[in-house]
Amino acid sequence: MTPTQDMLFRSLADPTRRALFERLCRDGGQTVAALTAKAGVSQPAVSKHLGILKRAGLVRDRQDGRQTHYSAEVKALRPLLDWTSEMASFWDKRIDLLEDLLKRMDQ
Amino acid sequence: MTEAATELRTVTVEREIGYPPEKIWRALTQPHLLQEWLMQTDFVAEPDREFTFRGDWGSVECRVLEVDPPSSLSYTWGAMGLESVVTWTLTPTGSGTHLRMDQTGFRKDQEQAYQGAKIGWRRMIEKLEQVVAEETGA
Repeated sequence: MTPTQDMLFRSLADPTRRALFERLCRDGGQTVAALTAKAGVSQPAVSKHLGILKRAGLVRDRQDGRQTHYSAEVKALRPLLDWTSEMASFWDKRIDLLEDLLKRMDQ
Repeated sequence: MTEAATELRTVTVEREIGYPPEKIWRALTQPHLLQEWLMQTDFVAEPDREFTFRGDWGSVECRVLEVDPPSSLSYTWGAMGLESVVTWTLTPTGSGTHLRMDQTGFRKDQEQAYQGAKIGWRRMIEKLEQVVAEETGA
C-alpha cells in the first residue's frame, strides 16, 4: 500500500466522512451549513471532517462571502482504482532514490 | 471461476544502472542503506526471516523468500491485508547492471473483496469508477 492509498483509506474509513463525501458526489457542491443540516453532527465536527477530506485531496473548498462551499474531487480516488499504476510509480520514485544513494556510496 | 478472477497483477520496473550488481545488492539488503531509499527496516537476508518496512504512513509486513547474492532477492510484501511478492533481479551488463523489480499481487477479486470488507464502501467504488472515468476521460 502506498502513502496516497493509505491516506485515502484512512480518510474514508470514518462513516461520517464517507457520508459527507458521498453526499458531495451525489448532490454536487454545497455549503458547510447545508452539509451540517443533514449530517447529524455539529458544524465544527463537519468542518473538521471536511478538513481531513481536503488534506487527502478528496474535496476542494471555495469561499463565497461568509459561506464555504465544498465539492468532491472524484479524481482523487483514482489511485484506489488503479493499484498497478500506483505501485509502479511508487517503485519508480524509490529506485530514483536508490540511484542517488549509489552515487553517494561511491564517494 | 472466470479467467479474470484468478488473474494476478504484476508491476515491473526496469532500470539500467551504472554500478556492478554487488554494490546494488548491498543497497538492497543492508538496513542502514535500505532506509535511505526505501524505508526503515529490520531486514536480514535469510530465507523465511520475517521483517518490517516502516514508513511514516504505516508499515509493511514481509518475509524473505529467496536470497541469491548478488543476482536475485524476493520477499513477501503485505500491507493493509493485501499480499504480494517483490522480486529483485540483478543482471550484469557491460557498463553496470540491469535492475528489475517485479511485484506480483493478489487476485483482483480478493483485492476488491478486501477493500469492501475493510471500510465498507465497495459499492461506492463501483459507482464512482464510472464517474472517475468520465471526469478524467480515461
